[in-house]
Amino acid sequence: MRVVLGEDLVLLRDGLIRLLRAHDFDVVEAVDSGPALLDALVAHRPDVAVVDVRLPPTFTDEGLRAAITARRRVPGLPVLVLSQYVEQLYARELLSDRAGGVGYLLKDRVSDVRRFVDAVRRVASGGTAMDPEVVTQLLARGARDRSLGTLTPREREVLALMAEGRSNAAIAARLFVTEKAIGKHIANIFGKLDLPLSEDDNRRVLAVLTYLEAV
Amino acid sequence: MTDHDLVREVRARLTRASLALARVPLSLLGLALVPLQLVTYPLVLVTVGVPLLLLSTALARRYTGHHRGWAAGVLGTGIPSPYRRPANRGPMTRVRTVATDPATWRDLAFLPVNAVVGTLCGVLPLALWLGGAFGFAAPLLWLNGAREVEYSLIDADTPGNVVLAPLLGVAYLVLAWWATDRVEHLHARVARWLLAPGARAALTDRVRELADSRADAVDARAAELRRIERDLHDGAQARLVSLGMSLGMAEELMARDPEAARELLAEARESSSLALAELRGLVRGIHPPVLADRGLDGALRALALAHPLPVSVDLELAGRPEPPVESAAYFAVAEALTNVAKHSGATGAWVRVRHEGGRLALMIGDDGRGGAVPTEGGGLLGVERRLGAFDGTLGVASPVGGPTIVTMELPCALSSVKTSSSSGTA
Repeated sequence: MRVVLGEDLVLLRDGLIRLLRAHDFDVVEAVDSGPALLDALVAHRPDVAVVDVRLPPTFTDEGLRAAITARRRVPGLPVLVLSQYVEQLYARELLSDRAGGVGYLLKDRVSDVRRFVDAVRRVASGGTAMDPEVVTQLLARGARDRSLGTLTPREREVLALMAEGRSNAAIAARLFVTEKAIGKHIANIFGKLDLPLSEDDNRRVLAVLTYLEAV
Repeated sequence: MTDHDLVREVRARLTRASLALARVPLSLLGLALVPLQLVTYPLVLVTVGVPLLLLSTALARRYTGHHRGWAAGVLGTGIPSPYRRPANRGPMTRVRTVATDPATWRDLAFLPVNAVVGTLCGVLPLALWLGGAFGFAAPLLWLNGAREVEYSLIDADTPGNVVLAPLLGVAYLVLAWWATDRVEHLHARVARWLLAPGARAALTDRVRELADSRADAVDARAAELRRIERDLHDGAQARLVSLGMSLGMAEELMARDPEAARELLAEARESSSLALAELRGLVRGIHPPVLADRGLDGALRALALAHPLPVSVDLELAGRPEPPVESAAYFAVAEALTNVAKHSGATGAWVRVRHEGGRLALMIGDDGRGGAVPTEGGGLLGVERRLGAFDGTLGVASPVGGPTIVTMELPCALSSVKTSSSSGTA
């Protein structure tokens, strides 16, 4: 699986390269600035990009903006954004093209290697990987939205785990119930959030988006 | 203007002219304070003058204070008190402050000036009104045989006098109408000229204000640094120490008891992410990253998104304020929004930001129960101090029953750099 890496801190960049290579990723290019990242993403069209939000030259949200621009030029380009902090505003921007293949994680999550690699794979295959912290913030506010307000506590729990990007099996294991029960909950969630019935896996992304847009 | 309005307006002006005349004795009375005050100065040398001086200045200040209030009422703008703050350290320092205060001398100068100007301004309007009225009375007297009565150089023998006198009377009345309020204004302006703080006193005041706000800013900064130091020491630093310990023990246990070592490593990882979480909170408190990334626009929108209530943000800025102002504005809005969430009982809030006339204007409103007041130790007072360091002001309009609107103004220039635009979803 081909990866483009955008990270300006040398230590972290080397660490990430080592970590990804150890898990059979092919790091085709590792860059350290926003413009270079955009060029690399458009040129290589990797299976997944792992990007730091804050990059030179401005040291603001250069990486995030490069990723969003790249997704506009290469629709559906899977991008996993890493950041020192989570900001709902950024999560919304990332998901604004309503396509999957997006992740937004705190940098510390890298230390849980297995989950991090999982998240990279999930994003590469068109899924989502939202940081639990984003999801928690959303849950705290969810009650004020009408459609989210109709969800039962259990359904909200399931939606939260779904937003993090977990599969039905993973959610079932986490909540100690059968996968079938989870399937039922998810069907209820889609119904209550008024998401059209289809076989499209993106409904999960849409459910998360509904969440994010509950303002 | 209908006849009725005209009558009412004339009556109002006549009342004002009469009141001005009534003030004449008061203006003359002020003259008495001049010798009193002048005499007390040499008497200070023989101590008996000390209480006398304090008494006479107090009297003079009461007197001028009344005029200050009156002039402010006439002019429609407040007149700040020009006096130096009494340094309350013994009667002699007090006397020195009072005696050397330029405002005391300006008060003294005001008394004779006011006696003259006040008398003239008091007599003139009513004299004009009466003069006008007499223009109609004189012809009646002449027709009744009072030949010796003369009216403004017109006497009973002047040809056409019976027509001329009322015509002149009308001219007087028009002049009286025109002059009544203007004369009062003139008097008030003279009073303000002498009773408002002089340029020097205003500068002294300004210096004191600046010294106060600087002291506040320095205090706030020191408190902030202490808080950061404490948070680092008790939080992240302690966690990193325990992290090092866990790692050291794991290193030792690696060969003997790999299972225990693995547990310790897991613990160490936990520690490291807690340390990071604490650092993250700390950084947010010092300078929110989103503010650095996106400026006020993005930061306030992010704030609104994270708020438990729906908050609408209406922001139009052509550029970015200087970073310290931007940060002060951000924290001020954050504090106000926190108050909304904590105390207002509102169902929604709004934030409006504009830059007009060299000032950044921020408004935060909610539909809650109102009754908010900036109290000692409260968040709003802290915001006021914080803004004060930038010459900013805070206003709270919060009638009981709501709604509450907090307005803040910060003088600042905008840089031409446009805030980096979001992808259009925010």
